[in-house]
Amino acid sequence: MNAATLAGLTGAAIVGLGLYGLITHPQPLRKILAFNLIGSGVFLLFGIIARRGAASGFAADPVPQAMVITGIVVAFAASALAIALVLRLFDETGRVTLRPEAWMKPPGNGADSE
Amino acid sequence: MILTAAAFSPTAGRFLLVLAIILPVAGILLSLVLGGRYAERIALGLMPLGFGVAAAIAVLLWRSGKPLVYILGGFTPPLGIALRADGFSAVMLVTAALVIPAAGFFARANFATPVGAAEARAPPTFWILLQAIWAALNIVFLGGDLFNLYVALELLTFAAVPLVCLDGRPETLAAALRYLLFALFGSVFYLLGVALLYGTFGTLDIILLAARIHASPAVWMAAGLMTAGLLAKTALFPLHLWLPPAHANAPAAASAVLSGLVVKASFFLIVRLWFDVLPGLPNAIPGTILATLGSAAILFGSVLALRQERLKLLIAYSTVAQIGYLFLMFPLASGTHPWAAEAWSGGLMQTLSHAFAKAAMFLAAGLIGESLGHDRIAGLSGIGRAMPVTIFALGLGGLSLMGMPPSGGFSAKWVLLKASVEAGQWLWAVVMLAGGLLAGGYIYQALAPAFTNAGVALKTPPQRSREAIALALALCAVLLGFAPQSFFAFLQIGRPAAMAALP
Repeated sequence: MNAATLAGLTGAAIVGLGLYGLITHPQPLRKILAFNLIGSGVFLLFGIIARRGAASGFAADPVPQAMVITGIVVAFAASALAIALVLRLFDETGRVTLRPEAWMKPPGNGADSE
Repeated sequence: MILTAAAFSPTAGRFLLVLAIILPVAGILLSLVLGGRYAERIALGLMPLGFGVAAAIAVLLWRSGKPLVYILGGFTPPLGIALRADGFSAVMLVTAALVIPAAGFFARANFATPVGAAEARAPPTFWILLQAIWAALNIVFLGGDLFNLYVALELLTFAAVPLVCLDGRPETLAAALRYLLFALFGSVFYLLGVALLYGTFGTLDIILLAARIHASPAVWMAAGLMTAGLLAKTALFPLHLWLPPAHANAPAAASAVLSGLVVKASFFLIVRLWFDVLPGLPNAIPGTILATLGSAAILFGSVLALRQERLKLLIAYSTVAQIGYLFLMFPLASGTHPWAAEAWSGGLMQTLSHAFAKAAMFLAAGLIGESLGHDRIAGLSGIGRAMPVTIFALGLGGLSLMGMPPSGGFSAKWVLLKASVEAGQWLWAVVMLAGGLLAGGYIYQALAPAFTNAGVALKTPPQRSREAIALALALCAVLLGFAPQSFFAFLQIGRPAAMAALP
């Protein structure tokens, strides 16, 4: 087993762990962290692909590296948006859950946006 | 390789493809620079131009009969990125260019910033996000590179999610968060598939990939991951849980765009993936799996729609069911069978007619909600007399969903039905008929109270112009039912199987 294979397997394992977390954890914050974990696994995989230089016979293929940078920016923006929603939900309801029953029971405080 | 060279030679009218993307983006930047007060005027001012560009692309494509191509920066793939418009892209561009302006002009009443009034946060956000959705949709419809399409999908998600929670009520925030989590799951799986494809073939251009693809474990894995991710974004059963709360709680104009167009973007990519990138794979089994999920969505979504007490939720669950129909084309439309072209047209027709019908129904439901102050179906008694035009629009949209002639929904389902019978795959035909009956049930349930004789007190009568917009969209769905044979030929432009059959 060479280094590339080991890193590839690690990436796959990270994706698996993240997916497990995304499905099993009910709390939105943990789901967001799990999404970032999956993302890290995918980026690691891109790194390995760049190392193998599958396309062009370069020592290291720059295209996957460019894709990883774009991917990181997108994942960062996604996490920021998700965290903003979580914070806003906490401000409005005092708790963070995706189950509406939790805060639908006491008739809503109906706080409006602005 | 001559084929590939031809596929990457820039065609006449190629700048229109760039313009279709740049126009809404320019609108967003202008709105940010000039400030929220101008956002509405900029968005509405650019909409006719955007429609003109989409229509011009369709006309050029019609004349040339070959896909339009633009090579970004003159760098040919695999190094560069190509924009391509085929028949499916063109009809989706035109549909978006009709539905988004309709939603925009409809939303003027809700998101205006009157002169002298203080600037609120929601209106500029709405206008900027609406243009962002348009830009992202156009990139999805024109993109020729799988990674570029990933970025487009993410842009679409980031524009669509905040629209859901524009009014800031807690239930809309939770709906938006749930939508975002499903969408992120979808995009990261799509990205993983893209990584595997790049690692195997060293290119992500759709045409180059299609020429190199062969069945191997990595390709099957990539196809499975990308499809699963896109299914989560399309809200196909059993990944539909996010859709009803998100679409039912958004403002009416946003619901129309989300339900009519945004879920179609990821469906569009599934079609691209299986028919343009992977036609070389033996796809009978994946096609059957997709159609089985689609059948489950039709039955499950329709039954749940029957049980809803709120009009907007009923319409949202009907979206879950109607999305199911889209996936019935997969086991039928691949290969060069005589029925493949029919199934292809049927699937595309369903995409278009559902976009118009559902947008019309959400706008009509929004008008009813605003006029009554609620949208409980039990409380709609007598509304047919008070708001006849709105109810007519709702009914015409419903007609198309049921698949009653004459309507686009009828043509779509009739062609799909014919294809499934010709292919000897009877099961899909049975599901389609059952789905039609169930749709009749839930549309009847929504409309029956409206035609009772009870008096009804409207809080505010609906504006004529907004009723007219909902009706115009519903009429578009009906008019699709009269589409001539040449329209079906247009849909085939750029479809690989159809192109291979040409001399």
